[in-house]
Amino acid sequence: MDFSDIINILIEKFGKEVVVDEQVTGLQSALVINPDQIADVCLELRDNKFTYFDFLSCLTGVDHGAVENKFSVVYHLASIPYKSQLTLKVIKGHERSSDTLPVFLSVSDVWKTAEWHEREAYDLLGIYFEGNPDLRRILLPDDWDGYPLRKDYVAAEEYKGIKIN
Amino acid sequence: MLGKERMEFSITSSELESMHSAKTRYTQLTEHLEPEEMIINMGPQHPSTHGVLRLELITDGEIVKEVIPHMGYLHRCFEKHCESLSYQQIIPFVDRMDYLASMNNDHAFVMGVERMLGIDKDIPKRIEYIRVLVCELNRIGSHLIAIGTYGIDIGAFTPFLWCFRDREHIMNMLEWASGSRMLYNYIWIGGLFYDLPVGFEERCKEFIDYFKPKLKELDELLTDNQIFINRTAGVGILPLDVAINYGCSGPMLRGSGLKWDLRRIDEYSVYPELEFEIPIGKGEMGKAGDCWDRYKVRVDEIVQSVRIIEQCLERLQKELKRTPEFDPRAKLPKKIIPKEQDFYIRAENPKGELGYYFITDGKTEIPKRVKARAPSFNNLSVLPEIARGVLIADLVAILGSIDIVLGEVDR
Repeated sequence: MDFSDIINILIEKFGKEVVVDEQVTGLQSALVINPDQIADVCLELRDNKFTYFDFLSCLTGVDHGAVENKFSVVYHLASIPYKSQLTLKVIKGHERSSDTLPVFLSVSDVWKTAEWHEREAYDLLGIYFEGNPDLRRILLPDDWDGYPLRKDYVAAEEYKGIKIN
Repeated sequence: MLGKERMEFSITSSELESMHSAKTRYTQLTEHLEPEEMIINMGPQHPSTHGVLRLELITDGEIVKEVIPHMGYLHRCFEKHCESLSYQQIIPFVDRMDYLASMNNDHAFVMGVERMLGIDKDIPKRIEYIRVLVCELNRIGSHLIAIGTYGIDIGAFTPFLWCFRDREHIMNMLEWASGSRMLYNYIWIGGLFYDLPVGFEERCKEFIDYFKPKLKELDELLTDNQIFINRTAGVGILPLDVAINYGCSGPMLRGSGLKWDLRRIDEYSVYPELEFEIPIGKGEMGKAGDCWDRYKVRVDEIVQSVRIIEQCLERLQKELKRTPEFDPRAKLPKKIIPKEQDFYIRAENPKGELGYYFITDGKTEIPKRVKARAPSFNNLSVLPEIARGVLIADLVAILGSIDIVLGEVDR
């Protein structure tokens, strides 16, 4: 089962607009998926007997910087029976000037691994995952201000009266 | 479609903050408590949490009804640091993630950068063998700590001292090679810090000869100890499907009975040329996937690591012998600027699958984004699932069998 077969499976099941883009330039190819369908796509890739991606290796939140104003979430899937790997991406524009968070769909129903990884992405990048049962800060203190891995983050000067330098 | 409608609602961060703040959550939790239930904090200064991990337990007498792990006490902003450091400068930070297996962390990171640069095929064989040698030594050291501290969690003191005594030899050898006891910064992109010191191979051989009988003694002391078996067999059973769904890897996954070792799956470095087996949990004492199985997998892996080390030493002393003109820094790239791409590398650490995800822009020596997928982080996430309804004493046994390193959970 190679890359184009996986695309065909997805297009057959969800229609043409599910695959937004294919990134095949680097060492590892990636599929950019329509943000509205990512949870369904993941469930299909996990349960389809030809793909069977039952293991989520990694889930990463990415801030593209203030120029592009985009946020993305990257999923690294692995299939234990087929010993194969796949990268999925979801990209969404977001105006960081407003006081809202970018909203993505949670895949924690598909792989439980995602639950903590999504909490981490929420904690450090301020990405809201709709459907995550327990979206709290995980690494930083609960009362921390801001999202440190955002490119426009300015480090706090003090925390509870303690100077940071 | 339904999906579209859902995506249009947006939530302000201040709303969210109040929704999920620790205080609101905590009051909600305590409001719904039954009269006989009690909240107990275990950690962050509890000896059996192996570092600064806080477990919030909701208990009914001795029974644990719910476990809520709280971490982050050791968060050092690894990913934030990576935004302003070059690849070579990141290596010391990588050391500090799983500080019991720094060599393995370095190896995975360095492999990732080398593949992005496209120089992974040019690394001399001697360097690759030295890397594998030190990694496997470090793997033994890490597993010895896991076994020793596990014994102490259960109440057996002697194995702890014996394990630390033998680990000390490994520490001394690695210190001899790298100059540092725990945080080595030894494996560099494109080579090594230094060649092995003269006489290292012989001393390593001596250690292996000394260590093999000691391993048998340790086995007799703990593995077949009836008290130890009673405390661990059939406790904290982790079914295979749950393990996979929660992203468990390493001895956790193999303890549940799956032959999954990235050294064999991905065949990185010189592992394809080496002979070793992948031990799995078979449920000899209780059910497959219990604490005893996870413990046994680690013991068996030490034996396999010893095998790998012996093969490495043989080759390093014969066909890949040191020569005066051999320079482990010869292939070091002057400027480390990978092409614009993103790349995920995974490798088998003592704790499980360690992954790094790089995003590079192809212009600077500084990566745009580095994310570390820490095995302990994922292995720990399964704890609330398998610790529901166990005794508090068994919770200690389960937590010890997961073998977490908080430096890696919190990064």
